[in-house]
Amino acid sequence: MPSVAGEVGLRKRGPGYRAIGVPGRAGLLAYRARRWLRSPRPYLMLVGFVLTLGLWYLLVEVLKAPRFKDLPGLTVVIREWLSPQPTFGISLYSAEYHQHILLSLQRVGTSFVLSTVIGVPLGLALGSSQRIKEFVFPVFELFRPIPSLAWIPLSIVLFASGEASIVFLTCIAPFFAATLNTMLGVQSIDISYFRAAACLGANRWQTFRHVTVPGAMPFIFTGLEISMGLCWFSLVAGEMLSGNYGLGYLIIYSFMNISYPNIVIGMLTLGFVGYTTSALVRMIGRFLMRWRSRELALAS
Amino acid sequence: MSAVLAARANRAHAGSARGALRIDNAVKRYAARDGAVLAVDHCSLDIAAGEICMVVGPSGCGKTTLLNAIAGFHSLDGGTIHLDGELLCGPTRPLADPNSDRVVVFQNGALFPWKTVLDNVIFGPVMQGKLRRRDAIEKARHRLDEAGLGGTEGAFPGELSSGVRRRVEIVRALMNDPSVLLLDEPYRALDSLTKSVMHEALLEIYYKNKVTIFFITHDLEEAIFLGHRVVVMTTRPCKLKKILEVDIPHPRNYAVLTSPRFRALMEEALEAVQAEARKAFDAGEREGA
Amino acid sequence: MAALAADGGGGVLNRKSRRAAISIAILLIIWEIYGSFGRLYGPEGATPPPIPPASDVFVTWYHLLFDADYWKSWYLSGLRVLSGFGLAVLLGIPLGLLMAISRPFYGIAFPPFEVFRPIPPLAWVPIAIIFWPTQELSITFVTFLGAFTTIVINVLGGARSIDARYFLAGRSMGATRWDLFRRLIVPGTIPSIAVGAEVGMGITWSVVVAAEMISGGGRSLSGTGGGLGYFVWNSYVGGQFPHIIVGMFSIGIAGYAASAAIRKLGEVLTPWLSTR
Repeated sequence: MPSVAGEVGLRKRGPGYRAIGVPGRAGLLAYRARRWLRSPRPYLMLVGFVLTLGLWYLLVEVLKAPRFKDLPGLTVVIREWLSPQPTFGISLYSAEYHQHILLSLQRVGTSFVLSTVIGVPLGLALGSSQRIKEFVFPVFELFRPIPSLAWIPLSIVLFASGEASIVFLTCIAPFFAATLNTMLGVQSIDISYFRAAACLGANRWQTFRHVTVPGAMPFIFTGLEISMGLCWFSLVAGEMLSGNYGLGYLIIYSFMNISYPNIVIGMLTLGFVGYTTSALVRMIGRFLMRWRSRELALAS
Repeated sequence: MSAVLAARANRAHAGSARGALRIDNAVKRYAARDGAVLAVDHCSLDIAAGEICMVVGPSGCGKTTLLNAIAGFHSLDGGTIHLDGELLCGPTRPLADPNSDRVVVFQNGALFPWKTVLDNVIFGPVMQGKLRRRDAIEKARHRLDEAGLGGTEGAFPGELSSGVRRRVEIVRALMNDPSVLLLDEPYRALDSLTKSVMHEALLEIYYKNKVTIFFITHDLEEAIFLGHRVVVMTTRPCKLKKILEVDIPHPRNYAVLTSPRFRALMEEALEAVQAEARKAFDAGEREGA
Repeated sequence: MAALAADGGGGVLNRKSRRAAISIAILLIIWEIYGSFGRLYGPEGATPPPIPPASDVFVTWYHLLFDADYWKSWYLSGLRVLSGFGLAVLLGIPLGLLMAISRPFYGIAFPPFEVFRPIPPLAWVPIAIIFWPTQELSITFVTFLGAFTTIVINVLGGARSIDARYFLAGRSMGATRWDLFRRLIVPGTIPSIAVGAEVGMGITWSVVVAAEMISGGGRSLSGTGGGLGYFVWNSYVGGQFPHIIVGMFSIGIAGYAASAAIRKLGEVLTPWLSTR
């Protein structure tokens, strides 16, 4: 029987190459970067940004179109953001700016961890045990449609500290998303894997650890990405309403103080931080699920 | 009847003592929208220890149900199944316990995609505590090398071709030294070139470990090439229609495929299967039952 | 494994319904006890925190069913949801389809879209208030944003996931680009649109409720208010605890009904998915 190793390309050669003709990770990255630069994509992207930013600049600062002229303009915002002595107090150089960012990140971090730590195990339990599902899921579904913000008055009443109530509020929607997606993930596992584990002699706990949890991972991480987005979504509302530092608070406060450029700075910062945190979750997921790399590569 | 059985056992597969399956009047019903559907109808089959028994029949006729009953994934509504004289399932105990004595190789492959080949192969013995991890790894490496799969240990199943995956799955199954190997159309999705390689690989493995093989397939050529006996099932409900004795001697290889005896057997089998296939086609059977 | 029937038998009294009923009953009992304790042990601020018992909530709710203002809140919120959501669907689906068909358009429009997408809809509230003349319009705008992004993403995903072989089959039968669009892309994307719409509807409700709370209850953004979010906030400000809970569950029911309606619509539009 000829050896299969050559077919799979698993022998190590030099740096950047694993087997004959097959590039390693560094080589692949360089190849992809070169190809990207040669395609029309980066240039279209440039056109897109130029158009959007250009439109913003045009409508607000040049043409001073009717509704647009009250909005903060592109140059104003950029100047503010980059100035060491910002007129309205918030810029890359001001400590307050970073305080807001840090506080929001802290709250999101706590809520995300809390909702994951409670939601994922619950989802695994709901997906694995018919009994648990029949008892718990109806109550779960009863509360799920209530939007997180409808809980605001209740949370203010329940929690003594404002900080705790913001975190609670921020946890709700991500918790439901994480639980639901985890449950769906368990249900999506092909029954053959469970049967294979059974006839290979695994008991219930071993099956749970070696089949259920890894098998549900793709769905779990999709759920966590959604969860992260929902954290930010709920956080902003909570911060806007209960006013106590943070990016959401910054936005509302700047509005009340007529420091309009800060509103935009706050918004864009939110977008950036939100994107980064989601990307982080996605990267962690990709790392934990290296076994999927070929599948995903083929699918794209 | 038992004299014939004994003779057959001696002739074809000397050296194996366990894995004699006896299916007695098995009955299985499914609940469907309009009442119960009979999937298996008083099916009886005697498989000798160490025999390769190929089960052929049209799609949806209930062969997989029978396999699932033996493995312990479905219960039986009637009849019994015995393994080496011990009751697997019957009226007193409708559901057999799945265990590593009767391992299944699944149609679409059930190698855990999140584990490397090595972790997959050692799964059985390690989970049951039969071997320590270190010993299991040694045994696994040895078995994989034997099967020509040396070098794949660190790969994930997603990185391997389907042919290689199948072979790994069979090695994983055999690591548990089972009495019975249950194969549910394992080579169905492979192209015919790969298939012929798989057949020879399977036979090689079989000659080294004389395990009883219960192999479901659609492919008549595959059935006659591999099997000691070919069992033709009727369309749903599943009943024994005809048993062909494949008296071509083992060990077999390629040349067998064009021998006149092979041709004759093919003719016989085709005749039996065609009629059932026609019936199934007319009944509009859907795939995958 | 397969020995137990999937739903524990037939009929309303089957195992599944029984267990659901038991859980909900336990929940109600615990709630009732907890709420009654709160009353016994002292006014608000004293431990434990005052949650009205379930019985109070149900009685309040019963009386509210006859209150015209209660139903008016439903109407107002519903109107906002419809207008914002409707707009999102009207603009989102064509944009998504356009991005799916035309590579250059996708290359230009998608990156800026992706940059704006992570900004939570509520963060747009101040800008919306500055920009739009009336408060209603600003709420509608923010609502629109929430659903819009979800719908576009889902349309894109749906269009891209159409098996390439369908395109090849169509072309080999002589279909023009318009044919392919009308008969392949549009129907092929509908399932994803339906899913996107369901999720978008949920987001829309969240945003409407939040906007109503912020504008109706916030310190500086007083306005016409009205709607279920405003109802909840107002009840909180007025110290009417049972009303708060009634409001919460009303919003939940309304949101659930809206999502269910969208899902039903999706099923009607995709009959080929229901046959199995």
